[in-house]
Amino acid sequence: MLTKRIIPCLDVKEGRVVKGVNFVGLRDAGDPVQCAINYDKQNSDELVFLDITASHEKRSIMLDVVRKVAESIYIPFTVGGGITDIDTIRGLLESGSDKVSINTAAVLRPKFVEEAAKRFGSQCIVVAIDAKRNDKGGWTVFTHGGRCPTELDAVEWAKDAASRGAGEILLTSMDKDGTKEGYDIELTRAISRAVQIPVIASGGAGTLKQIYQAFAEGQADAVLAASIFHYGEYTVTDVKRYLQDKGIPMRM
Amino acid sequence: MIAVIDYGMGNLRSVTKALEKFTPDVKIINDARALAQASKIVLPGVGAFGDCVKELKKRNLFKPLKKILAERKKPFLGICLGLQVLFENSEENPDVEGLGTIKGKVVRFSFKDSSLKIPHMGWNSVRFLKPDSPLTKNVEDGSFFYFVHSYYAVVQNLQVTLGETEYGGVRWASMVEDGVIFGIQFHPEKSQQAGLKILENFVRL
Repeated sequence: MLTKRIIPCLDVKEGRVVKGVNFVGLRDAGDPVQCAINYDKQNSDELVFLDITASHEKRSIMLDVVRKVAESIYIPFTVGGGITDIDTIRGLLESGSDKVSINTAAVLRPKFVEEAAKRFGSQCIVVAIDAKRNDKGGWTVFTHGGRCPTELDAVEWAKDAASRGAGEILLTSMDKDGTKEGYDIELTRAISRAVQIPVIASGGAGTLKQIYQAFAEGQADAVLAASIFHYGEYTVTDVKRYLQDKGIPMRM
Repeated sequence: MIAVIDYGMGNLRSVTKALEKFTPDVKIINDARALAQASKIVLPGVGAFGDCVKELKKRNLFKPLKKILAERKKPFLGICLGLQVLFENSEENPDVEGLGTIKGKVVRFSFKDSSLKIPHMGWNSVRFLKPDSPLTKNVEDGSFFYFVHSYYAVVQNLQVTLGETEYGGVRWASMVEDGVIFGIQFHPEKSQQAGLKILENFVRL
């Protein structure tokens, strides 16, 4: 049986993990490679690295991180953040990344999704969507790390991205992100029902029950979480054990 | 020497690194001469069936590989798309002939129930059907492996099915074995210990 996936996410800036990862017993919690190994040991199903390096010149540091991570863990991982062209995707994939996630560049130029999927295959093209509730009962897509609203409706954009060859949707609720109030179940369900490609729910994980709800009610195929794991509140193994007891198929 | 065939479609680094855990003698190759010299061959791959065949042909690798496979002497491991091109054809590109080493065809998942996602992506279990296979030696039956694909193989001769996986009510051959020719639909290089063990078993054949 295909299991649901638990995916820790690490924010990386200039080659260092930020957002205060706090692993007990880790010599250097700022080292993305050590964090990745730690999550691999906890039986994470995949990992996501979000490169938040602002300076263009320093973005090549990430390639070095990707190479080292690829040599250290044997689970799939995705790299996202500021990807705007085919060459960058090629560089990341050749360095050992299994998938890349595209956000702003895909919204600004949807054909980019098609070009990337055609060149590298849909399986490695994740379209990340940052969505915020609007007063019309829907969700609006935001770009540039959630700073810029667009005209796009999140459900419509997800469908469009899927039809252009996206292999997966990484869906972040901006309303819930960082709140620990739980995932936006309604949003997750709406997108998951609208597309036939897998949907990763993100933003808001604070408790085990909320993660369960993302699967049971939100119909997510995977969940992404950061702080709940980074601060050592729960290990990935804890989360999986809880979910398995609740009847969600898990790889233990 | 284990030859990993580079036909320009995607990242060989992970597979190569994983193989190098068990032998230093791994080489990425893209010409027929190196193929002939290899003691074992690995064909990784992502992308489309037709592109894979086209790229192999462009490098003059298709015919030599087909011949080597037909002799069934040199151990071969096809991974993901590398399994699929072992078959005769695929719904993905119906006009393109595969290597045809194993009888059967490759078809697309198709579900009425839209909650069943395509691609089949994530960790799924494999039931091993050949207890004596050297490839699955010391790997626990029912182990989980990482999959990502939209097409699957339908074998003509059930005897070649080494491992079976279920998704959306479909049971299909996620591993095939025909003499020293092996194909696996999942990514062993991304499947933690169980996946590495399979690669190790291949290296030690």
